[in-house]
Order: sequence, then structure tokens, then C-alpha cells
Amino acid sequence: MNEALSTAPVAPASHALAAADYKSDIKPVWCPGCGDFGVVNALAKALAKLGLEPRNVAVVSGIGCSSRIPAYMSSYGFHGVHGRALAAGTGLKIARPDLTVIVTGGDGDGYSIGGNHFLHACRRNVDMTYIVMDNRVYGMTKGQPSPTTEPDWDSKLSPEGTGLREFQPMVIALASGANFIARAFTGDPNGLADVIVQAVQHPGFSFVEVLSPCVTFRPEQKEWKKIVRSDALRPTSDLSRAARRMLRDTGFELGVLYAGERPAYAPRGPRAMRPVTDLEARFEL
Amino acid sequence: MQQTDTPGAVQPPRRDGVSIALAGSGGAGVMTAGNMLLEAAAHAGYYALMTRSSGPQIRGGEAAAMLRIAKQPVHCMEDRFDVLAAVDWENVQRFNAEIPLGASSLIVGDPDQGDPPEVFTRSGAERAQVPLKKLAKSVPEGRANMVLLGTVAALLGLPDEAIAHAVEKTLGKRPAALAPSLAAVAAGRTAADAIERKYLLAAPPAASGPRWLLTGNEAAGYGAIKGGVRFVAAYPITPATELLEWLSPALAEVGGTLVQAEDELASINMVIGGSYGGVPALTATSGPGLSLMIEALGLAVAAEVPLVVVDVMRVGPSTGIPTKSEQGDLNIALHGLHGDAPHLVLAPNSVADCLRTTQWAVQLAEALQAPAIVLSDQFLGQTRAVVDRPAELAAAASRELAAAGAPGYRRYALTASGVSPMAIPGTAGVAYTADGLEHGERGAPSSQATDHFAQLDKRRDKLDAWDYGDGWADLEGDPAAPLAVVTFGSCTGPIREALARAVADGVAARLVSLRLLAPMRAARLAAALEGASRVLVIEQNHSAQLYKYLRAECDLPGRVSSLHRAGALQFHAGEIHRHLLEWSRA
Amino acid sequence: MAYACAMEVEAAERYAELADQMSTHHNREVAELFAKLARIEGKHRDQILAKMGWASPPDTAVFRWETPEGAETTDYGELHYLMQPYHALKLAEHNEQRAAEFFARFAAARLPADVRAAAAEMADEEREHVRLIQEWLARVEPPEAGWDEDPDPPAVAD
Repeated sequence: MNEALSTAPVAPASHALAAADYKSDIKPVWCPGCGDFGVVNALAKALAKLGLEPRNVAVVSGIGCSSRIPAYMSSYGFHGVHGRALAAGTGLKIARPDLTVIVTGGDGDGYSIGGNHFLHACRRNVDMTYIVMDNRVYGMTKGQPSPTTEPDWDSKLSPEGTGLREFQPMVIALASGANFIARAFTGDPNGLADVIVQAVQHPGFSFVEVLSPCVTFRPEQKEWKKIVRSDALRPTSDLSRAARRMLRDTGFELGVLYAGERPAYAPRGPRAMRPVTDLEARFEL
Repeated sequence: MQQTDTPGAVQPPRRDGVSIALAGSGGAGVMTAGNMLLEAAAHAGYYALMTRSSGPQIRGGEAAAMLRIAKQPVHCMEDRFDVLAAVDWENVQRFNAEIPLGASSLIVGDPDQGDPPEVFTRSGAERAQVPLKKLAKSVPEGRANMVLLGTVAALLGLPDEAIAHAVEKTLGKRPAALAPSLAAVAAGRTAADAIERKYLLAAPPAASGPRWLLTGNEAAGYGAIKGGVRFVAAYPITPATELLEWLSPALAEVGGTLVQAEDELASINMVIGGSYGGVPALTATSGPGLSLMIEALGLAVAAEVPLVVVDVMRVGPSTGIPTKSEQGDLNIALHGLHGDAPHLVLAPNSVADCLRTTQWAVQLAEALQAPAIVLSDQFLGQTRAVVDRPAELAAAASRELAAAGAPGYRRYALTASGVSPMAIPGTAGVAYTADGLEHGERGAPSSQATDHFAQLDKRRDKLDAWDYGDGWADLEGDPAAPLAVVTFGSCTGPIREALARAVADGVAARLVSLRLLAPMRAARLAAALEGASRVLVIEQNHSAQLYKYLRAECDLPGRVSSLHRAGALQFHAGEIHRHLLEWSRA
Repeated sequence: MAYACAMEVEAAERYAELADQMSTHHNREVAELFAKLARIEGKHRDQILAKMGWASPPDTAVFRWETPEGAETTDYGELHYLMQPYHALKLAEHNEQRAAEFFARFAAARLPADVRAAAAEMADEEREHVRLIQEWLARVEPPEAGWDEDPDPPAVAD
């Protein structure tokens, strides 16, 4: 018997906010069957668990189906332009370090047009959490291959498939300096919620790659729930160990790959709070 | 004030102003000497301007430092240089268009470096020779550029003390170099005794208030901070980089932050993120970077997020000439955004005005919750100028914020002014999602035409309805003159001088130097031009962008013509003056 | 019992969510069905609360299930915007079945007698729910072939 099914008595809920408090009154327009519903669910549960006030949380996104998430949460939201969510989130977090910033988006938004910002966000290691809902397709624009699409997936834009090797987001994140890297699956919202809690709590740039099936353009992804392996990744803080683990990766192992110890981004150099007019000394003759 | 006159020599009349160009190549230290000359002139009580030009090499290339020193504030280079003094002549002829000489000019060179190029000597300028290298060698660790500095100081009659102050200030971190440098300067001064032609400056004006030495880029940086900016995202690009580099430590001293981004797409989006968080934010770039930022500017318009982009314009199109000035980004600043996306466009018209205009741009952006583009240019941005301390700008309205818990909060509410209070993350009860998608009053995405029309009207009307006061333009000259000149930016400097000369010739004109280019204050422009029979639009670009914009947006009186020329060469007061006279008679 | 309550709470919330999804996609029949199921699960939850004397349900986030989610919670991935009432009821049947099995395992495990008794009772209740759903199913038309055919191509929104 799984020890989680403990028979110890459980007290009723005592914390102030429940997951439902984190959802807005706007109903998602995603296709029924979409994995992203699981992310809203998980994110709400995670925020409740963390005990964060919705007003102190900002969800920042780009363009795509999964980028619609901010409107579905009761926290502050920013729905920006395609591929630039990490930049907007970085600016927000550096200007307002008191906020919890969660950046969300899809595989197209994040790994294609957003690829450059992804690399540098990992390097910069600003304390925020990046959740990518990876369905291996451009859903919003009706079914083109994305960087994580399999090379032989046939589509109108790339008949016979792209023939390109899939983008490896977790490897890139590891190589670029992300401080926390995990993979989760929308079919397990509670597991995802746990990972999100860890990701938010972990200092620096936390990256969660979430397998999120697209029921409309990749209906075959319904099979994913049969092939994912929960708890197949156990966290290490050893970079080379995590790298070796990735060599055996199939793309369906779930869990935390890497939890590093790099200090989170902080402005460097001496800082002060002097009156503005003090700066005029630099010009005075 | 020390003079090194030959006893008994005829004293030349004192001059109100002098223009000097220093030139030389690889490692000669021409820029250093130029900076010292500028500092000395400033310290001695003069006003001055300094620009620079160089070859494409990162180091060791040919370089020229161009200065104008005067008794009154100056905003452009003179029609001619009085002195061209070179350490050597390696490829210095490339600067010939920027260093026009005349028969009353003087060329100073080192006889061991060969003859000055023919492009300079054909001006008929007098020639003088100073053995700079030999004299430098005569002083232990002496350098030819310091000898040259001494010679030039003597030609201008700049006091020893001022030169010494400048040298000390520049070499402050290397005191060991001080004595040899001063010795070399002294050697150069002595050598000037043999030069008959002098350009002695008249006494400097009595001190009338604090003066500053700064570039337009630095002035803009300070203006940003004064306006309230505390978050900057930066990506380097010539000629805007120094603005960002000045801001980096300055922000840290007043509780702000600068972060370097991976590209312009990142920097503008970071600025939007920071501003969405409630912190006034800014970035600076040039033409190519502005092109990259255009999409994000549209986002700022649609989501009503304040921000400022300073575009230090350079020669375009595309990579163009990064080190030269042009006013070619007006079109993209005004019209570059897809859809109908009204926003603010401003332009400073002098080095000191970079402070005021940038500060005002921040204030307007914050009050109107819109992006503002400040069109500076390479000439203003990188020219070092001695200016009177700029006057304080009156404190202006700041961002209207939504109070906590406002029931039924509508971020994009249709208010009378068009400005709707903005909720800042952290404020309880008024959370919303900002969106580039068209939206209704509450901010939820909407594909309804009625919402689109209403929000378009809101975003346009909030800008149109604002009272911009008198900052929209500088109105100068004779307000009743039949001739009117309209311009913006750095063209204003030579135009001001040209107008003064025209007045002396009995030709009166009025000047409108536009500071607020968008939204266009058509009614106020019409009032300023009322009664004019001829309007001349002057600008520094190839296709007459301002002329076409004004013709499209405004009813201009009388006959309207355009004086436009592409960049890489600034207008001179003389050519504008001539053009005005011809045109006034035509 | 806390688990039982949590299961019902989660199931009720999930059915309510699914009702929203269906109504957004104009599948009114199934939306109403899911709403009804949400109410039923809500009643089960209230019954347990009353029985235990609890004022409010335990925090569902605290629980870790063997399966990704609670035994009675519908997997998001099982939905289709054109699904028929039959499909929804099959899902519900499956949920109740899993719930019954969940409690049956407890009832057979090496646990204190009173816990096993409670579990057995819950298992019986869930089996009763299965029966009720099956009755409902019998009254519902099985879907025709081509129930998921939509002649329109997908639309683009962004």
C-alpha cells in the first residue's frame, strides 16, 4: 500500500486561500481535451499551497494557445507579443523583485521565436519560473511543426516532416545555466502542482517543461499518458550528472532533473539612494 | 592671462570665437588633446562645442577632433575652421568635407610628416610648421599631441593655468605622466612664437551662473532620471551606447537598475515589463534597433504601457554610417507601427535640450500611458558642449494609478480624458491582464468592432486632448516676419545662426523648431505661421520626411518649400543664410 | 473518510469545470449532464461532511493519489467538444468504478477494523453509484458513427 494513502486523521483546510481563488471568472476557450486545462488547475493549486496573494503574482505570456493563461488566473497578467514573454517577465521581476513572476507559453513561442530569450534567461538566472506547455505543434495557427515536433511529422507547411532534429529544451536549459529544470505532464495535475511549488521556491531561473497534449492537431498525443514515467527523474545538483542523465532521455521521463545552487540574478556593484541632483556633479565645471 | 607675444608684433584683433581641428592617426592621441583643449576652454570661462570624426578602425585609425570655442553659447560648427593642426597627415584628407578651410585659415603641421594634403592646401590657407615629434623627443616621455596642444593654446591665447587644469584633470589617474605632458605643452607654446598668424580669443564673458560640460547623450540620460526613470534595459548600438553607459552607474546611485539585454527585442520588451510593474522605464537605441523595437511599441500602445525610447539617429538606411548624423528616422518613428497606433514623438534641438526633452517625454509617457520616441541624433548625442546649466522643467503630472479594491475596476475604462487609472501589480482587488489583443473596458480580449472603435478613440483622444503647454516648439525670430522656417532637432543650431545673420542683412524671419512631432499640434503651428507668405522646411534627410509630414497633416500658408539634404554632413549657418537670402528674393 | 471527502470534492470541481468547457463549446446537452454530475458529487461530499461533523472539506491539495488524480476525477484528456451524453456517462461510470475499487482495496487491506468497515461502506456506496449511472446509460442513445465529424476546419483566434 502506497504510504501516501496514510490513514492518519487529516484536519480540514486551514489556509486562507484555496485553488479556486486563483482562477478568474473567464472561462478558457481551449478545446476540451487540451492539456492546458491541467496547467491552470495545477498552477492554481501550487499558488494556493505557496500561500501567495494573487495580487503579488504576475503571469506573463507570449502568443499561442497556452499563452492565454494569464486571463484565466486572478493574479496580475501580461499577454505580450510572440516570443518575448521571458523578456517582459525579466523586466518586470528586475523592476519589481517583490513580485512572484511566472512566465508561461508554448513550445513555438518559447523555443522558436523565443529561443534566443530562452538561452539568455537561463544565463541571467533571474528568480522566476518559466512553464512551457509543449504540445509539439503550433496549435493557434492550425498545425505547423514546432521546434520540438518529431522530424517526420507530416504537415502542410512541411510535407514529409521537417527532417530536423528536435530541439532539446532541457539540455539547452542545463547548458545555459538554468538553476532548476523539471519535466511534468498535464495528465498529472497534482504532480505538476508539486513541481511548480518546487520551481517557484527554488531561487533563480526555474524551468518546467510540461508535456501538454493537443487534442485537435496532435490527437495521437492521447497515448502520452501511457508512456510517461513519473518520478523517473530524481533531482541532482551535479551538472555533469544531470547531463549524463539527459543522454538517456526519451522525452517522457517526468520529475526534477536538476536543482542547482547558482545564486539568483542580482544587480552588481555599489548601490545607493542619493538625491537625483547629486548626479549634476558629473557635469559641473 | 599669459601671452607669448613677440614683443613689438602687431596685435591681431581679439575674436569672439575660434574653430580648431586637430588631426592625426594611430595612437597620436588627437582625441585626448581635443578633450583637453575643450576642458581648458571651459575652465577659462568660454563656451564650446567639440565633435569627433575617425576612420573605421577600432584603434589606431585616423582621427579628427573639431572644436569651436566662443564667448557665447554655440550650437553648431562654423562655416570654416580657423586652424587645422595635425600630428601627421595619414589619411587625414578623408575629413576634408568636415574641415572646410579658407584663405584666412592656418594649417599647422610637422615638417617631418610631409606636406598637408592638397585638398586642404588649395583653400589658400597659410601654412606653419612645428617639429612636433622632435620637440616631443626633447622632453622625457613627451608626446607630439601635447606639443600640438601647447601650440594651439598659444595660437588662441588660452591661459597656461587653464591648460594645466585640463591636463591634470585628464591625466589625474596617472600623475607620473603629468610633468612630462606639461613640459611638452610648454615646448609647443614656445614653438608658436614663430607663427605670425594668431587667433587670440577675446576675454571670456563674466560668469553668469553655473555651467556644465556634457554630451547630448549624457543630458538625455540625466533627463530620464529627472523624469522618474528607474529601470533601463540596454543593448549597445552606435551612437546611443554612451547614453546607456552613463545611466548604468547613475541609476545605481538613485535606487534604479540597468540590465543589459541580449538584443533590442529583449530590451524593449523588458522595458515594457518593468513599466507594467509600475516603474518608469526607458531604453536607447539607433535606427536599426528602433526597427526591431517597432512591434513591441505597438504592444505598448495597445496595452497602454508608458515607456520612452531614445533614438539617437544615425545615417541610414540599414547599417548606414553609424558614426554620422542624419534625421532619417522620422518616418518610422511616426508611421512605423502597424495598425493605427497613436503615440508620442519628440525631438530635442540642442545638446542642453536633450535633458529637457527627455525629461518631458518621460513625464508625458507616464501621464498618457503611451510610448514616447525621442528623436535625438548622433550630432547632439555625441557632441561635447559647454552650456549654461539648463533651467528646471516644471514638475508635470505622473501616472494615474488605480486604488486598491476599487469595485468593478475597468483598466481600460472610457473616461473623459481618455486616460484610465492603471493598476500596479501588488495592488489588491484590481488585478487585470494587460493585452496586445484588442479588448473591452475590463481588458478581456474582444473581437467586437464597437470595442475596437471605442478603444481606438480612447488611445487617440487621450493624446490629442492633452495640454502640452508651450513646450511643443521653440518659437524664435520675428513672429510677424513673412518668411518662416520650420525644422526639428540639430538643424536648429545652424538655422538660429543663419537667422541672426539674415537679420543683419535686413531680412527678418521667424523660426519654429518643433519639439513635439506627434501628436501634431496643427492648430498651434497654424497660429505660429499665420501671416507668413513663405514657409521653408529644413531637415537633414534625403526624402524630405518632415516636409511631407507637415504637408499631410497641416494647412500651411503661402508658398512652402523644402531645404533638405541627407546626413553625414551637418548644415552650416552660412549655406542656410545664403539660401534664405536667395529664397526671400525669389 | 478524509480521502473519500476529498475525492468527492475534486470530482465535483472537475465536473463543474467540464460543464464550463462544454458550454463554451456549445455542447449544451453534455454541459447540463456534467453540471448534474457536479451536483451529485456535491451531495456526496455534503453527506460525508454531515456524517463526520466537519464544517468544511479537507484541503484536496494535500492528498497524493496512486493515480495522477483522485479516483473519481475525470482526466481532462478524455474530452471531445462533440462528445455525446453517452460518452460523458461512460466517463462517470468509469470514475465511480475506480472509486469503488479504491475503497475495496482499503477494505481488504491490513488496517484497523473500523477503518476497513468504513471503507467497505464507501465501496458499497460507490458501487451503488455505478449502478445508477448504468441505469442512466441504458436510457441514453449510443453515439452514431461519425459523431466526431466536423465539416468545418479549425479556426484561428490569434
